[in-house]
Formats: sequence, C-alpha cells, structure tokens
Amino acid sequence: MRKDDFVVRFAGEGGQGVVTSAEGFAQASAQKGYHVQTFATFPSQIMGGPTWTQTRISTTKILSSGDELDVLVAFNQYAYDNHKDEVGDHGIIIYNSGEFELPDDGKSFGMSFDELAKSTGNSRAANMVVLGALAHLVKMAQATLEEFVVKRYTRGRPNDEEIIRSNCEALSLGRLEAEKSGFTVGELAATEPVEGDQLLINGNTALSLGAHAAGVDFYVGYPISPATTILVWMEQNLTGPGKFAHQASSELEAITSVLGAGFAGKKAMSATAGPGFSLMSEGLGLAWMAEIPLVIADIQRGGPSTGLPTKTEQSDLLSAMFPGHGDVRLPIIAPGSVEECFYAAVTAFNWAERYQGPVIILSEHALSERQQNIPRPALKDLVVQDRSVYSGENGYLRYEASEVSPMPIPGSVGSYVANGSEHDGMGDTTHRAERHIQMTERRFGKLALLEEDEYEAINPEAPVAIMPWGGSKGPAQAAFERLIADGADLGWCYTMFLHPLPPELLEELKKKDLVIVPELNYQGQFSTILRSYGVRAESITQITGLPFKVRDLVGRISEKVGADRREGVAV
Amino acid sequence: MSAKNPEYDFKWCPGCGDFSVRRALETAIERRRIETEQPPENNVVVAGIGCSGNLVHLLEGNQPYGFHGIHGRSLPIAMGVKMASPELNVLVVAGDGDFLGIGLEHIAPQAARNLDITVIVMDNAVYGLTKGQSSPTTSPGEVTPSTPFGKVEEAMDPLMLYLTMGVSFVASAISTKVKDMSQLISDAMDHPGFSIVHVQSPCTTYNDTYEQLKGNVKKGIEPMAWPVDEDHDPSDIESARSVAGSDGIPVGVIYRNQERETFHKRIEEIGFKTNPKTTDTLLKRYAI
Repeated sequence: MRKDDFVVRFAGEGGQGVVTSAEGFAQASAQKGYHVQTFATFPSQIMGGPTWTQTRISTTKILSSGDELDVLVAFNQYAYDNHKDEVGDHGIIIYNSGEFELPDDGKSFGMSFDELAKSTGNSRAANMVVLGALAHLVKMAQATLEEFVVKRYTRGRPNDEEIIRSNCEALSLGRLEAEKSGFTVGELAATEPVEGDQLLINGNTALSLGAHAAGVDFYVGYPISPATTILVWMEQNLTGPGKFAHQASSELEAITSVLGAGFAGKKAMSATAGPGFSLMSEGLGLAWMAEIPLVIADIQRGGPSTGLPTKTEQSDLLSAMFPGHGDVRLPIIAPGSVEECFYAAVTAFNWAERYQGPVIILSEHALSERQQNIPRPALKDLVVQDRSVYSGENGYLRYEASEVSPMPIPGSVGSYVANGSEHDGMGDTTHRAERHIQMTERRFGKLALLEEDEYEAINPEAPVAIMPWGGSKGPAQAAFERLIADGADLGWCYTMFLHPLPPELLEELKKKDLVIVPELNYQGQFSTILRSYGVRAESITQITGLPFKVRDLVGRISEKVGADRREGVAV
Repeated sequence: MSAKNPEYDFKWCPGCGDFSVRRALETAIERRRIETEQPPENNVVVAGIGCSGNLVHLLEGNQPYGFHGIHGRSLPIAMGVKMASPELNVLVVAGDGDFLGIGLEHIAPQAARNLDITVIVMDNAVYGLTKGQSSPTTSPGEVTPSTPFGKVEEAMDPLMLYLTMGVSFVASAISTKVKDMSQLISDAMDHPGFSIVHVQSPCTTYNDTYEQLKGNVKKGIEPMAWPVDEDHDPSDIESARSVAGSDGIPVGVIYRNQERETFHKRIEEIGFKTNPKTTDTLLKRYAI
C-alpha cells in the first residue's frame, strides 16, 4: 500500500530526543523532496516534563499537522498512556522497552532506545535508533537517512567520522528491530522534489528574515516565550555598522527605546508575547499619538496574565487592536502559515513607514515553533518602502496637514516635538477641541493608506463562508477542502490583513448569510469585530492550547451550516 | 517653541525653579552650538511628564528636536534615539517623580551601559502638576494632600543612589545659581558617558524651599547649599561618596569617571568585528 501522507508523533520527557527525532525526520524527508511540517508542545520548564512533537511528511503541500497518527513513538509509559488513543486504526506504536513494557497487542513493538544507542558507542544516538525504525515502517531507503546523517554531522571537527559512523549504526539497529517486528504502515509514495528552492524554517525565523529583508535597523526585546527566538536571532544576525540589536531590561524599555529609534529615522522593531504586550500598551498609544513608525510582533500564547506560556492561543486580537486607553485602533497583520510570517514582517514595515505609526504582527506559538518547507522568497521581487522624509526649511508644521506628511529626522532641519499629549502642527501641547478633532481624524484617516486589495476568496457566490485568521488557516483550509469534496456549498475567505481589512473583502463578507470564524479563543474575538462591521459572523472556538484538528472543524462547520443560518446571529 | 504660541497654554508658576533650569539649558546648548559648530537640530531633548516635561515646549531660541513622551520612560526613549544616531547630543529633562518614582527602574540599566546622554533632574520634592502630593524626595513626616498624616517613607537620597548605580558623571546644582548650573550642564554634555545633573528646583506653590536652600541671615537660617570644595577629586569614588553623603546640598561636580567606554562605542566595536549580513546570505542557511 502506497501512502501520500504520513504522520508520526514522538512523545516523552524533555531531553529524551523527542524534538531532535521529529526535526531529524522532517529534515531527512525534506532533503528527499517531500513536504514536511512539524509541531511541538512542551511544558514551561527548563528541563524535562511531558513533551511531544509531531512530524508530517507528504507528497503534497501540508495544511495541518495531522489528526490521526500513523506511528506513535512512546519514550515512556506516561507518553504511551496519554497519546495511544490518537493512533489511527492501522497505526503502529514503537515504545521504549528500556523504560516500560507492553503486552503484545498486535499494534506495538518495543525496543530499548538507549541501550541500542549505547551499543554503538554513542549514547546520544537514541533519536537515530528511532529514525531507523521509522524508516523501515515507511520503506524509506537507508541511503536517504544516511545522507542526512552525513550532512548533519560533517562539521569539520576531528570526531566527525566517528559520530557519523555511530549514528549510521544506530539507524541500522533501529531498522533491524522494526524488521524483526514484522510491522509496516505502507510505503511512502515516491515524490518529485518540490519545485523551486525550498527552505526548512520555523515561523519565528521566517518572521525575523522578513524583518531583515524589509530593512530592520534596530531591535530591542526582552526574553519571553514564545518570542525569545526572535530576540536571539536578531542579536546574532542584526550586526554591522548602523544596526543595533539588544536585550532590554523590560518590555517597557523595549517599546520606548524602539519609539526613540523610530523617531530618529530607523526601522525599529520588538517582539513579545501577551504579558509583554500588555506592558507595551502605553508605548503603543504614544507611537499612535506621536505618529512614529515601528513594528511589534506579538507571538500569542495562552492568556490572560501569565496564562499558558508554551501553549498556543489566538486570544490577543482585541488587545492588539485596542492596546491602550483612548481612541486607538492599530493596524494588524496576522500570518496564517510559516511562509506568511516572512511576508507579514515585510508588509508590517512597509505599513509602518507608509502611515507613520505602529503596526502589530499577530503570530502565535504554534507558528513560532513549527518547522515547515517553504519556497525561498524571491528577494528581487520584494517591495520595500521607506517613509517620506522632510527636507525643507526650519519652522515646519509636522502635524498640520490632514494626511500623512513628511517626517523630519533629528540631525536635519525641521525640528519639532513628538508629543504624546494632544498637539498642534508643531507638536506643542494643546487642549483645543478643534485640534483634538482634527488630529484624531488625521490619525484615523491615515489607516486608509493600508487598505490592500489582495485576499483569498473561493466560491464567492456561496451564502455561507468560512473565514479563519492567523494560524487556524491551515486546519480550516484542510477542513474546507474536505467539505467541498463532500459537496458542501461553502465559500472561503481569508486575509492576513485583519485591520484594516481589504475593503472589497469586507463588502463580500457583508453579503453572506453567515461567516464562520474558527479561532483559538473563548470569546470569539474576530467574529466580534466582524459583527461590529455588520457582518453576520459566528465563531467556532477552542481553548485547549493546541491548534484545531481538521476532523473537529469538519464536524463543527457542518453543524453550523446545517443549523438555521440567521438564528442567533447578532448583526 | 521658538516664538509665543497662542495655542500652547501651559504656564509655570511665577518664581518656579524650572525657569532657571530652562535658561541654563538654553545657554549650554547655545555654547555647544558655537563650540562644535553643529546645528541646533543635532540636539534632542527627551522629556517626561509633569511641570518639568513642559520645558521642551518652552525652550526659546534655536530649536532642538523634542520628544514629550510618557511618564517615567524618558531614559529608554533617549536610549533609542542615541543608539539610532550616536552623533546626536541627547538630553533628558525630568522631574523627581518622573525620574526617581515611576521611572526609577530605568536608571540602573543605563548606568550599567554608560549610555552617552545627559539628564537634568528638576527636583522640587513634590508632584506639582497634580497639585502637591509627596514624591520620593519629600522629607519624612511632611504633610501633603496624599500624606495627610505625614509622609511615612524616608526620603530618597538621589546623589548616593546615582553613585551606587554606577552613573559615570554626577553633578548637583541649585536653580538660583544659573551660571554654575549652566556650566555643570555643559560639563555633563562634554562627558563621554551617562551624566546626571541633579538640580534643586523649588516649587513656589507647593514646596517653596528657596529660603532653606539660600539661607536667610536675618532669620538666622543657614543655607543648605554649599559649593563643593575645590580640593575634591571627582574621579575618586570614595571622596564622591563623602561629598554626596554630607548634610545639605553640594553644588558642583561630585563624580566623574572618564575611564569607562560608552555604550555606543562598545556596540560600534562589535559592529566592526562582525560583518553585515545580507538577507540573501541568511536565507541560504535554511536551504534544504
């Protein structure tokens, strides 16, 4: 039996090789030309704790991390107990008999991961034992994995050869154990390598690269899960004359130093998660008020308060749009895939420069950690925009015009006061009602510069549409395709531009009898926003800390489509 | 604001110490302009919230850039400006509440970095703009609208605090001695590193301390302010601690450490050591 798609979960204790196994399997498969996607979830602690990762490999583009497991690799008893029910009817369980034993149940086999690894002379090769066994189960050629091992461990160190030998031996030992078991899950169909240059990358790296491509000059951030990897990436890579990346003493320091840099003419950015974003809210209000370009990425995790630091959620939408006090409505771009993380960052900087104000990128934990193959971005085709800079005489009234006006840069003529108090054209504080009205209209009016005309729409005539946002896009798209294949009369709408929404898309949404919004929060935050625009929107919510499963969405969308469409839909 | 702006209706009370601080700052900026031949737009004044923060709007003559931000955050805003463009002369003007109350957490990190900016603290030991509540430098026992039974906390000792945090230039001034204050601000701007000029700037409405600061012979009041001894060696931290720890208000340079490298110099050195990376090079790392 040939299979086009293969899902394996690795579950155990942090440090047992759960993550390296999943990423190794993904990398080896990607090198062979398959599409791959990983998913990881772990507790908020430095070492240990129940951790699991999942790798999906496929001959076609992957939309979700997969519902049913073809193989569960259980590193310990706890992992087996908690994940065995996710294994599909024809699935197999490989368990670590060095940790626990199972009775013969016709679908599982044991081998001692650590003892087999030790016998190669390399006790750290347990993950390769596992990969060897997996390769047998899907009939992946030994050579494919050996090539991967050689590529990974050729590092120009004196012990390269020995490490490669022991890892390859571990692969063989694992393969032998799987052979002895007699199990197989079918042969993974051969694939034509994915067209074009591909990258294997996670969402936070894609976002960082996008910022780099957009010309980020200045990054100041504070460590916080799951945004820390962006800070680390920037400190390593945003180097050289004129560039600055640094760790702040708090998110208060991060947002305000980014404000100072944006004021001084730089493309400035920080990334954070919910708790840090809350601390940044006053600074974001200042950036909106004083019209200072900057980009903040909020990599969402479970909230409120400290919440679920290492779990995924989409519950910061309302606070991202309305982060502080007063009349503020910030532009938001929410990428829906690893690839979109790159382009979200590019567009976020373009928006910030174009309308001269703060722009929020709303990503989330599931995207931040997910490794996926994406087409290498064509840098020469990227449009990168810079702010309009003032070059006239002194005495300039920077805020006087009713629309966005060239920005003077300190060090050049055109001095003014960037002011968080309501101000006149020069930036001096004022309390006059007509000024407050004029300036408020100026600040909101600039948002029209960010109205894009690109969005996704399938079956535009269908009266009911599904419209996910952010990281729920993938599972929602997979569910949509399944429902369409079953003959459902359902439309699809999607954009990563949550505010402002592409105006044509909004008009289409308003025509629908029902817009179904799958989102990972309790209140149905995006459908609340859509309803305020006059769209008949209802959410499908989930707050498990995990992404949607495709089969759950298929069921819940079907229920909604079947129900009386207008009943209970507040307009 | 280079000319009278009818829209801007904020006023300091008559006799406010901040008038003198403004004059001292204007003189120092003008002196710097003449000495360095750099345009006034090379100066950026970052202000906090409160009476002191309005100084940025009230400056007369050649106009620097201004940033009137949020309460307590003037230091990190100034860090952003300075690290974005190290060639700029960056100043912070703040009050005692702004700098030592809500903004205290930002002093130590900048002292550790030796960020090359100059801070002018206008200390009136009171929250003036909100009408007279107690501040970190208000004396214990003082009755204010927010301390109806007398202030419970001890008063903060700003000069000792700056020295302990490792601020590399610390000066103390009083607003009645404008010329001295202006020279101290110039010295602070010339100092390569994090410099603070802490000014006693009385609030005539809620906490008028002119008489205590200057003394009154007729009433037999000894002046609190006294000039720092000419023998004092500001590079000696022990001597600086002894001056800062003495009773009353010393006027002069208390500490000056010119040995330490500035933050932007150290960052520049790292920048020279590392090659700028193109996005293309970085993308290659992740190629399958």
